[in-house]
Amino acid sequence: MKIALTTSGTSIDDTLESRFGRSPKFIIYDTDSRASEVLDNNVNMNAAQGAGIQSAMNVIKAGVQAVITGHCGPKAFNLLKNAGIAVYLVESIPLSKAIELFQSNSLRKQEAADVDGHWK
Amino acid sequence: MSMVIGNKKGKGFTVAVASGKGGTGKTTVAVCLALCFDKEVQLLDCDVEEPNAHIFINPGSLMEEQVLVPVPTLDESKCTGCGKCNGLCAFNAIAFLEKPLFFPDLCHSCGLCAKVCPEGAIKEVGKNIGRLETGVKGKVHLVSGCMNVGIAMSPPVIRAVKEKAANAALRIIDCPPGTACSFVTSVKNSDFVLLVTEPTPFGLHDMKLAVKVIKLLKLPFGVLVNKSVSGDDCIGKFCKSEKMALLMRIPEDRKIAEAYSRGIPLLETMPELKDEFEKLLQDMKDLCGGGSEK
Repeated sequence: MKIALTTSGTSIDDTLESRFGRSPKFIIYDTDSRASEVLDNNVNMNAAQGAGIQSAMNVIKAGVQAVITGHCGPKAFNLLKNAGIAVYLVESIPLSKAIELFQSNSLRKQEAADVDGHWK
Repeated sequence: MSMVIGNKKGKGFTVAVASGKGGTGKTTVAVCLALCFDKEVQLLDCDVEEPNAHIFINPGSLMEEQVLVPVPTLDESKCTGCGKCNGLCAFNAIAFLEKPLFFPDLCHSCGLCAKVCPEGAIKEVGKNIGRLETGVKGKVHLVSGCMNVGIAMSPPVIRAVKEKAANAALRIIDCPPGTACSFVTSVKNSDFVLLVTEPTPFGLHDMKLAVKVIKLLKLPFGVLVNKSVSGDDCIGKFCKSEKMALLMRIPEDRKIAEAYSRGIPLLETMPELKDEFEKLLQDMKDLCGGGSEK
């Protein structure tokens, strides 16, 4: 399965970005092939408004089944939920570590957004 | 119901009382101008996040009406999921998952999504974002806009207030502070902008920002220094160096603040200022070519 992780880096050795909607990039990681690709999110990072919505659309289009990020607001969360994508929240740790935690079932699936919109 | 968005311009003279910095005395000045005028005057309170001109005018009974803005809704039965509305919204108010999902609080009511829908599945409905209150006291006709708590976009409410502009000899717009959209919407199409400021570093700094915007809008303007004290004339110096008209000074006086805190208009506290306000009005008209009927 494919998972999306928020980051400002370009590989799974980089650190997780705590913001979802305004994350500069996403790393799309395939747990089967262990391949990862970079999905640019610069347009949404600089959006005047609605960054969360369009970032959610971005990862939905990438065909992921899970999102790992630091925080997720209500609009993005509901979209991801509607699209059947699970959201997991972690601290700003290396992406490889987050993937490891995800694969060992150590992350708990979020039931709701954890922050309001425009929290940061 | 005020769904029409635009700016009518009636006959007479329209002065926008603005500032840049908040708390410099815009409402105090706007109310004075209204009260010293000897004919019918309209006072439009466009400070819709915290309107307070009504406290000083005290018109008693107010007529209330809703301010609605059009936002899209989807008729699921008509939507074919063609995706023509997808990716069009400049305000990111639409997400598209098989069918469009709308986020009304991000919508700027441009109507594009409804227009492009080939199935007529997107209809615009009115969303309540605030209210207008109108009342009369003597010769002063007050229109006050008030935005709902939790609404982030004030320009539609401000435009609704300005839609009420009538053919009075004088219209006074009490503007919100700042220099962003709400300020621009408020001062737009006025004949003259009166910048009320105070002789503090903040007052000067924010006035400079306001001047920049007003110059872009190509509106005639002048400055009124409130809380004027001898010794610190940073505003006067700036006006002189930039060849800007400094039209009036109101002294720093504790009794003005005390009256304000009780909702008493400045002219009741200091009736001696009436002549100066009348002169201010004439000066403003003179500065834009005699205030001829437009």
